[in-house]
Amino acid sequence: MARIAGAVTTSHIPAIGNAIARGLQDQPYWKPFFDGFHAVRQWLQEVRPDVAVVVYNDHGLQFFLDKMPTFAIGAATEYLNADEGWGLPTLPPYRGDPEFSWHLIESLVADEFDLTTCQEMYVDHAFTVPLKLMWPDGPTCPVKTVPVAVNTIQHPLPSPARCLKFGAALGRAIESYDEDLKVVVIGTGGLSHQLDGERAGFINRDFDLMCMAQIVDQPQALTRYSIHELVEQAGTQGVELINWLVARGALTGRVRKLHSNYHIPISNTASGLMLLENAA
Amino acid sequence: MRVIQRAAGAQPEIPGTTLFDGRQAMKGYALNKMCFSFNSAENRADFVKDEEAYCRKFGLNEPQRDAIRRRHVLDLIAAGGNIYYLAKFAGIFGLGVQDVGAQQTGMSVEAFKQKLVDAGR
Repeated sequence: MARIAGAVTTSHIPAIGNAIARGLQDQPYWKPFFDGFHAVRQWLQEVRPDVAVVVYNDHGLQFFLDKMPTFAIGAATEYLNADEGWGLPTLPPYRGDPEFSWHLIESLVADEFDLTTCQEMYVDHAFTVPLKLMWPDGPTCPVKTVPVAVNTIQHPLPSPARCLKFGAALGRAIESYDEDLKVVVIGTGGLSHQLDGERAGFINRDFDLMCMAQIVDQPQALTRYSIHELVEQAGTQGVELINWLVARGALTGRVRKLHSNYHIPISNTASGLMLLENAA
Repeated sequence: MRVIQRAAGAQPEIPGTTLFDGRQAMKGYALNKMCFSFNSAENRADFVKDEEAYCRKFGLNEPQRDAIRRRHVLDLIAAGGNIYYLAKFAGIFGLGVQDVGAQQTGMSVEAFKQKLVDAGR
């Protein structure tokens, strides 16, 4: 049976992609951020997962407002990155695992999560940057992937409560797969930031640190927030925390925090990183 | 009824913040569709070659075209623009989210960046 080894939750800021491309990891601005990933890489080398299920939000590479799925999942043999319009280098394709994807889809829909299925799916920086942070060596990502996209663009967005439940269903779906796959679930985005409006540049350290503390043992506590309250507390893009809640929800075993890092700022964002082990 | 009232915007406003909801999505559809097209380098070049013709092709209304001409992010948002798509418009001019943040807050880019750094102290 497939087993979830743990979850990694991390910010996915595009500027990180540029910093990697330009080799800026050791510069003073970037070092406190990149250094946070050593422990995660070491854990991944020990655990050696076969598949990464990546919960992220598309920023207008794959989805437009003509059709905007609340939850979408990839079921393709490969996923392409492409030009997002602001000069990030395009990364090589990511391998998929369509059989595993279809199992997840069957299980999730049976579990009353009726998501959009994608046999072609472009993946943007919110998917590629975290994978590059976790597996920096080599031109291609060494694990197979399943992209799971959550709408954070067009309100109404799925509530934190809904996302935690979706994560739990995703966890059940993963662990009911017949093959002996080792799976890591990755939740990307956040933490507090706001790109738009007169409130651009908004950061809320206290709220972020509270979320990072609660998400380990008390993720339910975060479901009392509405999306509106989340925007108020974490900024318009800080709502990406819901992707973290999906990833956290997927962990059904004994959850233990192995590592975390929090650093302000990367670009306009308070960056957060957590490594959660999911012991049987 | 309660749900409908909430959906219609009964929630308290968050200062300096526009939630991109169905109303904004309808209002800004043409503008955002144009910005979505800027994923393609060829389309970005077409826009640069003849901005007015490109805006016409996507059917932007006058406030949207005016805000595009002035590269005015707050007015683009007021005209229904969504920041994720607008970022692709900004990208044509080599501007990132910190340039966009500075413009919206009326700060210099340096001051805006410093504000972010200070938030970490």
